[in-house]
Amino acid sequence: MASMTRRKAVNAVMMALSTGAAALGLFVLAVILIHLVAKGAGALNLAVFTQDTPAPMDAGGLRNAILGSLIMSAIAVTIGTPIGILAGTYMAEYGRFSKLTKVIRFVNDILLSAPSIVVGLFVYQLLVVTLGHFSALAGAVALAILVIPIVVRTTEDMLLLVPDQLREAGLAMGAPRWVVIRTIAYKAARAGMVTGVLLAIARISGETAPLLFTALSNNFFSLNLTQPMASLPITIFQFALSPYDNWQSLAWAGALLITVAVLALSIIARLVTSRKEKA
Amino acid sequence: MDTLIRDRSPLTFHDIDPAPKPRIAIRNLEFFYGNTRALKGIDLDLPENRVTAFIGPSGCGKSTLLRVLNRMYDLYPNQTATGEVLLDGKNILAKGTDLNRLRTKVGMVFQKPTPFPMTIHENIAFGLRLMGTAKSEIDDRIEAALRGAALWEEVKDKLQASGQSLSGGQQQRLCIARTIAVEPEVILLDEPASALDPISTGKIEETIHQLKESFTIAIVTHNMQQASRVSDRTAFMYLGELIEAGETAQIFTRPREERTSDYITGRFG
Repeated sequence: MASMTRRKAVNAVMMALSTGAAALGLFVLAVILIHLVAKGAGALNLAVFTQDTPAPMDAGGLRNAILGSLIMSAIAVTIGTPIGILAGTYMAEYGRFSKLTKVIRFVNDILLSAPSIVVGLFVYQLLVVTLGHFSALAGAVALAILVIPIVVRTTEDMLLLVPDQLREAGLAMGAPRWVVIRTIAYKAARAGMVTGVLLAIARISGETAPLLFTALSNNFFSLNLTQPMASLPITIFQFALSPYDNWQSLAWAGALLITVAVLALSIIARLVTSRKEKA
Repeated sequence: MDTLIRDRSPLTFHDIDPAPKPRIAIRNLEFFYGNTRALKGIDLDLPENRVTAFIGPSGCGKSTLLRVLNRMYDLYPNQTATGEVLLDGKNILAKGTDLNRLRTKVGMVFQKPTPFPMTIHENIAFGLRLMGTAKSEIDDRIEAALRGAALWEEVKDKLQASGQSLSGGQQQRLCIARTIAVEPEVILLDEPASALDPISTGKIEETIHQLKESFTIAIVTHNMQQASRVSDRTAFMYLGELIEAGETAQIFTRPREERTSDYITGRFG
């Protein structure tokens, strides 16, 4: 009986510790969010979306930064998604038993956790130095390099979850491999793969470091991909560190925008996954 | 080798049923998972328009044998087959065999129902489109296939519903419909009813009975009653060897081998 009492005590302590840890994590998150909403909501207005970044002490908005972030993220996803999906497909389907796949998986995991500033420096060497100037394109390429490992990983994982039986059933109908992948495996894994892309977008939309050495920033409205382009994270970085009140409040507004966007993406990702589970 | 085959022929299918010509002839088939020999010198004919049942304890190689017949094992590394499997006189184990073509001739239904993640209509249209069936014919062919699998009456009003929304038994009949839609010569059934309730099992068995009019059928089953109900011939396998094969009635009433009778009477397995 004594050992039973002890076990119950240990259980109570462990439960208290884990509950405490969970509560602490949630508490920090809540404080950040509340602070962000309190400061950011006040700074949000129509001008944030319709006017460009102002000079210090001037009125203005974040239009060029928002647009820049959208453009560079869109290009990054356009470049990164097909590469990531094809690589993930190779690993889960064609090359499942090959040594190359193990190597790719290992390298991909490293890339997945590589500090994004390293990616920024790499693209700086690759595109900024060779082309001679900062550009939105270089920024998009840096972000694409962050997209690829995420998409590779989720694509492979999701395809591996598709039961082999389903593949065999497709092949047993006399379908060539690529037809089975395209019409059966992708269909079965679609929700998870879309989630991977959404998570990749969420990840890059807040990245600052890879853009610092590539897209730099721009105080003016620009759609030219060969020129520096503003982005939300860098504008936030720049404005938050400034001594000017109007810049600081725009930084709060920008931070709130990114957070809401990432939150929305995460919720969409969840909905996509749960809809699949019901089907 | 010839004498070996002839030696066994009294055990194969001569007794009551006048042997129709074999659709598939297996000759000295050996199969390896890596270095493990899973099939040992199998010789067997699968006669046309007959149901051949494979029985034997788990791990005896009956599913492995089935997966050789449409070369499904090709998907995985370190799995090799030697010997000959003749389909219409051609060795399907030969290099350069067109696997996609082979599999349209030798269809397969799996143990667990495997509807594709698409509508009932699309599940069947899948194979038809691969074969290049004319668009105008597809609807008729789908109806015929669903009737053939005794599923038409249950699904005719919901062909656009997901194949995965059907019950387990219906899913399995959908898989059979999908397989017969492309009009293969041989249908392989790998324990097709083991995941189903008795009523669904009964329907599947009726379907099999109908299908042998048009197809040559090989069925793996753990269920001895099922083997005796649905099959014309039965092959008993044990530890990778074909112990005995013959008329189902003969195998179940007066088996020649002691191991066969031990298994059938439930003394092991």
